[in-house]
Amino acid sequence: MKPPTPEFEIERIRRILAGEKHLFHELIRPCERSVYFLLISLLRNEAEAEDAAQETAIKVYRNLKNFRGDAQFRTWVLSIARNEGLGRLRKAASRREDSLDAEIDEQTGDYTPAILTSWREVPHEALERKELGALLRQAVEGLPEIYRNVVLLRDIEEMNVRETATALGVTEGAVKVRLHRARAMLQKELAPRLGGFAPKRKGLFGWAR
Amino acid sequence: MRIDCTHVWEHISAYIDGEVDAALRAEIDRHLETCEICSAVLDSTRNVVVLVADDRVFELPVGFSERLHARLEKEMESVGPG
Repeated sequence: MKPPTPEFEIERIRRILAGEKHLFHELIRPCERSVYFLLISLLRNEAEAEDAAQETAIKVYRNLKNFRGDAQFRTWVLSIARNEGLGRLRKAASRREDSLDAEIDEQTGDYTPAILTSWREVPHEALERKELGALLRQAVEGLPEIYRNVVLLRDIEEMNVRETATALGVTEGAVKVRLHRARAMLQKELAPRLGGFAPKRKGLFGWAR
Repeated sequence: MRIDCTHVWEHISAYIDGEVDAALRAEIDRHLETCEICSAVLDSTRNVVVLVADDRVFELPVGFSERLHARLEKEMESVGPG
């Protein structure tokens, strides 16, 4: 879904603050998916992410007058979602994972991709098969948190680098580096396993190392 | 100067996003013309990026939106926006 224009959002916010409360529903609607996927990435639990998404929407509503319009509305909403998610993690005292992830991030970017010489594209139609969707989800969910967040926002929610950086509270450079590593990890994990979903053709796959 | 495969891999993500400068893009393109391995790595990475972005892969839980708006409605009945 294409995000609404900033002018439209500002106008809506003005009307909501002036008393047309019900308009808030459509203001927040385009942000729902991104909010949920950011939270599921942080919290790794569907019920908790859903509850946190609802809390986020309520906080956005209660703090609407504080929106300055210097970032996109969705970016602002996502930073509220991120704080909500991090607050819950802190409460659960599971900050250890973060520091581990940070160490991984410091490592140099050496990686060897899965090398297969007869790669053929897997078409979107293959997603009709449930296993492919599950395979892709598992691979993304298996990424360390800092990489997962970036993939969810950049590649799945199709946010730009700047928006992603603001929402996650990191630099644009970090977003690019993490996205690169995340995609490399996904390629390595998935490419050898996606072969079975490519259209059939005469001959054998030449998966080689 | 010819760039090697590892050099190409380093820039694959930026290449897919159209974020490498013209000179580097030309070098990578030249490399890809003759390197079957890097072409396959590029195609598979691009395919993975495109597939995970498909809306059918990551779906909201059933009823998510209805529940969210119901809770909001309740909140909005009791308080105005702030």
